[in-house]
Amino acid sequence: MRKALEGSQAIAQTVALCRPQVVAAYPITPQTHIVENIAKLVADGKMDCELVSVESEFSAASLVLGAVSAGSRTYTASASQGILLMSEVLYNIAGLRVPMVLTCANRAISAPLSIWNDQQDSMAVRDAGWIQLYCADNQEAVDTTIQAYRISEATELPVMVCVDGFTLTHTLEPIDIPDQDMVDTFLPPFNFKRALDPASPTSVGTLVSPDFYPEARHSHHHALLNAADEIIAADADWKQLSGRSAGGLLSVDGPDDARIGIITLGSVYGTLSAARDEYPDLPATKLIKLRAYRPFPIDALHTACTGLTDLVVLERALSPGYGGIVSSEVHAALSGMATVPRIHSFAVGLGGRDIPLDIYRKLHDQIDVPEPGPFTIIDVELEKLPVEDHGSEQSASG
Amino acid sequence: MIEVRIHGRGGQGNVVAAYLLATAAFNEGWYTQAFPAFGAERRGAPVVAFVRLNHEPIKRRCQVAAPDYLIIQDEALMNVPGITDGLKPEGSILLNTARSSEDYPSDNELVTLPATNLAQQYLGRPVPNTALLSAFLKLTDLLPQSSLIQSLEERFKGDVLEKNIALIEAAADTIPANLWKQTANA
Amino acid sequence: MSTNNQAITSEQFVHLRKNQPRFEGIESGHRACLGCGEALAARLVTEAAGPDVMIANATGCLEVFTTPWPESAWRLPWMHSLFENAGAIAAGMEAALKAQGKHTKVLAFGGDGGTFDIGFQALSGMLERGHNVLYVCFDNEAYMNTGIQRSSSTPHAAMTTTSPPGSERMGKRHLKKDILSIVAAHHIPYAATASVAYPSDLRKKIRRAMAIEGPTFIQIHSPCPLGWGHDGADSIKVARLAVQTGLFPVIELERSELIGSMPIRNPRPVTDYLELQQRFRHLFDKDDTRAVEELVHIQALADHNIKHYNLRGEGMDALDSDGADSVRRGGMRWA
Repeated sequence: MRKALEGSQAIAQTVALCRPQVVAAYPITPQTHIVENIAKLVADGKMDCELVSVESEFSAASLVLGAVSAGSRTYTASASQGILLMSEVLYNIAGLRVPMVLTCANRAISAPLSIWNDQQDSMAVRDAGWIQLYCADNQEAVDTTIQAYRISEATELPVMVCVDGFTLTHTLEPIDIPDQDMVDTFLPPFNFKRALDPASPTSVGTLVSPDFYPEARHSHHHALLNAADEIIAADADWKQLSGRSAGGLLSVDGPDDARIGIITLGSVYGTLSAARDEYPDLPATKLIKLRAYRPFPIDALHTACTGLTDLVVLERALSPGYGGIVSSEVHAALSGMATVPRIHSFAVGLGGRDIPLDIYRKLHDQIDVPEPGPFTIIDVELEKLPVEDHGSEQSASG
Repeated sequence: MIEVRIHGRGGQGNVVAAYLLATAAFNEGWYTQAFPAFGAERRGAPVVAFVRLNHEPIKRRCQVAAPDYLIIQDEALMNVPGITDGLKPEGSILLNTARSSEDYPSDNELVTLPATNLAQQYLGRPVPNTALLSAFLKLTDLLPQSSLIQSLEERFKGDVLEKNIALIEAAADTIPANLWKQTANA
Repeated sequence: MSTNNQAITSEQFVHLRKNQPRFEGIESGHRACLGCGEALAARLVTEAAGPDVMIANATGCLEVFTTPWPESAWRLPWMHSLFENAGAIAAGMEAALKAQGKHTKVLAFGGDGGTFDIGFQALSGMLERGHNVLYVCFDNEAYMNTGIQRSSSTPHAAMTTTSPPGSERMGKRHLKKDILSIVAAHHIPYAATASVAYPSDLRKKIRRAMAIEGPTFIQIHSPCPLGWGHDGADSIKVARLAVQTGLFPVIELERSELIGSMPIRNPRPVTDYLELQQRFRHLFDKDDTRAVEELVHIQALADHNIKHYNLRGEGMDALDSDGADSVRRGGMRWA
């Protein structure tokens, strides 16, 4: 049913539809409303689960790990410092190959302290071995949350659903919440075959010597690569049921003959899409919405970028001392193409800086150059910094 | 697309006002979007929220830079520099004050409503947001008052709901109808 | 099998007792050092707890020596996640079993590092939230898994690789953390100490905790021959002396109230305990006046324990520090 809902409220209602048996979380802005809404659903008898209000994100992640190991479907959510605090557990969860879903209400990392949105937090745990799916709007957050359970349980890999903090979590907009029957049809009851059981005792999380460790990593890596198929299948099946796709691995929007592409993760996509309509004078542009960041969809990216002369990677985080995180991967991924587009690397909206429509014009201005420049934070206001902090023209990378 | 910026102070129900307005519009078939200018503000600090209403899906997620309307929940905020920044030349201001609009000379049309006093009278609490929304609907005729009542019903119940309904009816009575109708439909 | 109601002979009884099948949660063949107190304690705990349990095990010796992949000594559903989260993992297992309507008891195992120090927050959260978990701390008084570094459980003046004695130091400068009091201050239903030297007492406490719905905690003094520097054959003797000197009080608390203690029949001087262990050898340097001071200090700590917990026995007692079963299995004293 279509309702005007705050993103967090919609996510909480969706989580309830997925019937997790154990939910554990520690409140952190901007994830808080999700947990509060779940607590209210539980208090009102609309959600039947063990809700555990733990003493830290570290324990939130650990608790759901214990719960899934004992055979229950679980849910947790966090952001920013909370993601970093639980990062050790996140690696552990993925390495143990247990299915679970976590919502990351994307937020900047301290210091300096910022409660506002960017994606440095989920990027910081990029290599934890989780599937990472980024949502461009709250409808995608709803649909992706449901799909995430199926993907996770089919692949025995945890899924992080990345939802821009505030920009999505605190925005009220029309959202279609599917009915329980539809979700039940899509998502079979949880049956974790490696769950601990006194009747058939197993040992989990053992010490692995160099004789076996590389094999464990190999199998984990390939499980993630293979998860791409399940991500596509889950989205296709969900579209059959609900009529909506959340964008598969990635989606492309724009004229076929466009020679410029902009690739983004998360909610900035909507603003760019609106801006493209506002600035019809600018060259035709394809907008590429990267939904699956892990596994990284190299083949789909090749297809999406075929025919482009310029590709802008516009991201919401950076690797200080290098530059763009996503752009470095896009560079590497496209290097095998016959004709590689020129890649322009920008970060935008760090720490919640508003991303206005005219960022689109600014991007077009910046790429109209003989050679792509170095990575830059496109909306940095250098006049706020002492001259010695303005940086050189040449950065380490693109 | 109609864009509204709501200024208030933490504790005045600024975000709730934005959500109520967007929900009311949603109930009337509009595409809507409402969000706060995300802050860590505590009670009493100046806060901002935004509402967009459109007949097409709303894709942009940037803050409202050039609003059609300002709803200002605290008259003291009129002294804050930049409060009316970006307001379109034909845009209008609805200000919560017991004083007359003549006390607030402005290039834009400005209507005042003693919303705090009305809220105090009807709710027993100085929460001006619903009275201002009622006045806003009356001025613009964008949405029927019933849509606001419906969105209140989705959020509140019992005594609080009844008192708010009485409040918004009283607030609407003090405001000339359709004063801003032309701009709203422009 | 005896026929009719014919009484069996005492020989037959002993045979029967020794050969009756008993549940073993952790089997032999694991890779613990010889004389490992922790391995013995874990065996006793799992025997007493029985098969219908699920274990969350913190990183540490116990995890490492029982599970070198692809082998495992565990015959119970067992999971190791990380060093500092056994309390939270156990809480999650318990929440899941509760949601599934199952009554399997969850056990959490940690060493003193995983309990007193790095895992303390998760433990405290688990206790505060009232999870139905029996948390067992195998206390060997230092980070033995990484090669004998001091923990907050390391006793005062003990030598470890990070609290070495020298011209400016006499081993660990600080006192052993009173974890039991801290745990008990959560007002949980049951918290107790036990020692591998007294297996009947230990088993009894495990069974008691198993019967309680809610968080319970048992701290088991478990000698580490390697870390403490004593002969592996002396583990029980050393553990027993810790009790007999008053340095390790064996007590029980309900809702933070002291409800029982193992009386000490004839308190032994602390030097009887200390001199068996290389970790205290610097306290026996006759030329070092600091050593004498430390010995006096440690004796005062033991005396304080005896007084504080009223540990001095009132004569012969089958369950006191000299009477309680410390060698034989079964019999009258197998409570």
